[in-house]
Amino acid sequence: MDFIDYYQTLGIPKDATEADVKKAYRKLARKYHPDVNPDDKEADRKFKEINEANEVLSNSEKRKQYDKYGKDWKHAEQFEQRDSGGYTYRQRPDTGDFGGGFSESDYSDFFESMFGSSGGGFSQGGRRAKFRGQDYHAELHLNLRDAYRTHQQVLTVNGEKIRLTIAAGIADGQTIKIKGKGGKGVNGGPDGDLYIKFHLENDTAFQREGDQLFATVDLDLYTAILGGEIVAETFDGKVKLKVPSETQSGTKVRLKGKGFPRYKMEGEFGDLILTYAVKNPTNLSEAEKQLFEQLRKLRHHGKS
Amino acid sequence: MANPKLILIETLCTHYKIEVSFIDSLSELGLIELYTVEEIQYLPEEKLSLLEKMIRIHQDLQINPEGIDVIFRLLDKVETLNKELQEARRKLKELGVKEDESF
Repeated sequence: MDFIDYYQTLGIPKDATEADVKKAYRKLARKYHPDVNPDDKEADRKFKEINEANEVLSNSEKRKQYDKYGKDWKHAEQFEQRDSGGYTYRQRPDTGDFGGGFSESDYSDFFESMFGSSGGGFSQGGRRAKFRGQDYHAELHLNLRDAYRTHQQVLTVNGEKIRLTIAAGIADGQTIKIKGKGGKGVNGGPDGDLYIKFHLENDTAFQREGDQLFATVDLDLYTAILGGEIVAETFDGKVKLKVPSETQSGTKVRLKGKGFPRYKMEGEFGDLILTYAVKNPTNLSEAEKQLFEQLRKLRHHGKS
Repeated sequence: MANPKLILIETLCTHYKIEVSFIDSLSELGLIELYTVEEIQYLPEEKLSLLEKMIRIHQDLQINPEGIDVIFRLLDKVETLNKELQEARRKLKELGVKEDESF
């Protein structure tokens, strides 16, 4: 466990007055408050640090205790023996095994070993806990293929199993709210909510934009020139496509309804847009080269 | 549709130690919508977490309702820009992958 320099956290000298502490804390709180820095874990961490520093330095008794023992923190063992019984040692609450992004203790180990974890001076949790349970935030990683179909997942959140139905077509970065699955309300207040943010990993050859899918299909030179039938992959199987003669590389075709499902619009799908990439033959034989020469001459002759 | 659960404004003010005038200002600025039943004002329960966020900003950062209005607008803008940035980054990534594949 490392010693924490609360003066440094707030950027004030050791002889700072109560007013200095307040001023420095307020300035940093405006910068790092989680409500004005959504989804910013770094700001969240800093906010907890400055709250902890403020809780100690703005309370004259705690500050005295910190100033007295803080200097000798390296002799922590002696300090603990000397004052055994005077402090509460509490384990951090069980954070559950899902996501790991919530229910972290608001205090550092350093703080808890010196003052116990009874604190309760944070604006987060302290005031809210009197009335409504805390909101939990979690992240869930899905493969693009999983997001294609409505499916269920069972999550364990703080020991409670939650069956979650993930509707087909969920977007990368989308957040869903599960009412009442956050922290328990206190004094008859409602329970908090659970927010799950989805992160989609693309494990396919398709690119997704909303409900549209994009892919490239290789076309051999002869099919491109003379036309023909090819088999192309879509997200849920193969389709036969007629390629018209004289198809250029880069030509796009739109397959209606073969794209990604529309979120919460059952049975509705976007389109799949395929781009043809004409592949020229390589390792030509002498006979092939001669034939291409003939073609070239014919073309030039025909033009002039 | 079922009626939303309503919370008496007075109850909120007692619990969160806020002035009724603070709620009135938020309502006047269009930041929260209140229900009036027989001349008594209520907040729908589903809006509670939104109001709590405004109360936290007000009490923790000493910001008045007009300031909260500005913050909320800017946060909305930041969210939109973040989404656009994510989308642009994703497109760039895919372009990069494509180039690798063709060489």
